[in-house]
Amino acid sequence: MSINKAEVQKIAWLARLGIDEQDIATYSEELSTILDLLERMDAVDTDDISPISHPLDLTTRLRVDAVTEQNQRDQFQQNAPQTEAGCYLVPKVIE
Amino acid sequence: MYQSTLAQLSTALESGQISSAELTRLYLARCHKFNNSLNCFITLNEELALQQAKYADKQRMAGNATPLTGIPVAQKDIFCTNGIKTSCGSKMLDNFIAPYDATIIERMNAAGLIILGKTNMDEFAMGSSNETSFYGPVKNPWDKNHVPGGSSGGSASAVAARLCPAATGTDTGGSIRQPASFCGVTGLKPTYGRVSRYGMIAFASSLDQAGPMTQTAEDAALMMNVIAGFDQRDSTSAAHPVDDYTAGLNDSVAGLRIGLPTQYFGEGLDSDIAKLIEDGIKELEKLGATCREIELPNTALSIPAYYVVAPAECSSNLSRFDGVRFGYRCEDPKDMSDLYLRSRGEGFGKEVKRRIMIGTYVLSAGYYEAYYLKAQRVRHLISDEFQTAFNDIDVIASPTTTAAAFKLNEKINDPISMYFSDIYTVSANLAGLPAISIPAGFVKQLPVGMQLIGNYFTESRLLNIAHQYQKMTDWHQQVPREFQ
Repeated sequence: MSINKAEVQKIAWLARLGIDEQDIATYSEELSTILDLLERMDAVDTDDISPISHPLDLTTRLRVDAVTEQNQRDQFQQNAPQTEAGCYLVPKVIE
Repeated sequence: MYQSTLAQLSTALESGQISSAELTRLYLARCHKFNNSLNCFITLNEELALQQAKYADKQRMAGNATPLTGIPVAQKDIFCTNGIKTSCGSKMLDNFIAPYDATIIERMNAAGLIILGKTNMDEFAMGSSNETSFYGPVKNPWDKNHVPGGSSGGSASAVAARLCPAATGTDTGGSIRQPASFCGVTGLKPTYGRVSRYGMIAFASSLDQAGPMTQTAEDAALMMNVIAGFDQRDSTSAAHPVDDYTAGLNDSVAGLRIGLPTQYFGEGLDSDIAKLIEDGIKELEKLGATCREIELPNTALSIPAYYVVAPAECSSNLSRFDGVRFGYRCEDPKDMSDLYLRSRGEGFGKEVKRRIMIGTYVLSAGYYEAYYLKAQRVRHLISDEFQTAFNDIDVIASPTTTAAAFKLNEKINDPISMYFSDIYTVSANLAGLPAISIPAGFVKQLPVGMQLIGNYFTESRLLNIAHQYQKMTDWHQQVPREFQ
């Protein structure tokens, strides 16, 4: 399976990754090589095997519906690129 | 003193032979002297470490010491450390000061351990050579033209050069064991869920597991006693009872049944390593263990399955880096799309971008079944193969890697060849099994490791076998000449 340049651009857009125009050809080549590697899995028949998303048999735990976290907004926002009045600032979204 | 193990330092502190403040200064001085040439630390935590050390000394005077109180260790820069830069080896988090402690850090702080600094690593733990770090590659102390392995390469290099007595690492596909092998240290990847992932920056959540990187198995046991255990804040934390990992170190290994997977000793394995591992297994046989060949037929498929599952989970986990709430933001974004695209495009390195794109592709409509579901089925198959094997054996022994540390720049432009350097380690992550790498000799002056894989929650047994092996050998005591 190969990934052409248009597909590279589509994937990069889906992942919201800005990539340089000049790198697209390299990505196309590298990602195609990796996909060839992934397709080696086709060598084994897995029709009768169920997929697992986790190594261990886990069930989701429940907990009491109680507030356990304190509000630390000011501390957390110290890491933000731009804030104002407790809000995160982003470029204008609505004209 | 700097060549001492955690166990020895514990005794020295307890007897008053040295104070924590003195010990911390001693290791900080070594870090200052050697970090320029090895690049194993991203951040040295000098001021805070000395404060912690003074407090530890007070605690010891007051009779409140745990076995590890006052011992300085290094933390992989993937763990959030309150008030200390936590970069994960990425430009994306170059400006990130963690606002809280990871559970593993909290536990180590509570036990009185000192944070000497944060160690270098492959960016977001994606790499097997430490060359993908935004902060530049780490060097292997045994030969600075060689890589230390990755992604926990900074931790492995620092312990090997004795810039710290022990360090933490994380292992998603071999990131503790492969660098441990390349640098000649002991590295344990516990059972999935044994050590809390809370505050450990996520790469592939169903595979990630933290563990100790130490000089000896005994030290790994001491550290496991601090870090292992259930954590409410990690949704996949194991509620399984926790052992005293030092209690069984001196148990006999007579009668131990060792399985040797033919797939781990076949084509692709360096013949000198094969010989060293055979010697290592003979040592265990001298202690009364028995060996038999076993089959793990789909081992070769562990790499493709891993490179679907890990990128898929990474593409999801790394979507949080949006240039809005924390981390890197591009200059003058003109709109939201521009903000996302450029912040992520400029903030992530090449390998991380490759993996995000692969992950995005295999999860996208039309390809999900062929890649992602298929990989999950193969994962099940590989997991089952281990369980079948464990019907007749207690532990699996193998080389940790196919070859000793490769040269800097040798594989950085060949992702596939880099991926295959984890062929003996990724299966344990896919299956969630505990595995340890212990020094087993040298090939052309570079260390190599022997891997032991156990069934779920058998860390104590692995540490016991490793400890018995280390009582018979001295590979783990070797220190590269330049750092003696």
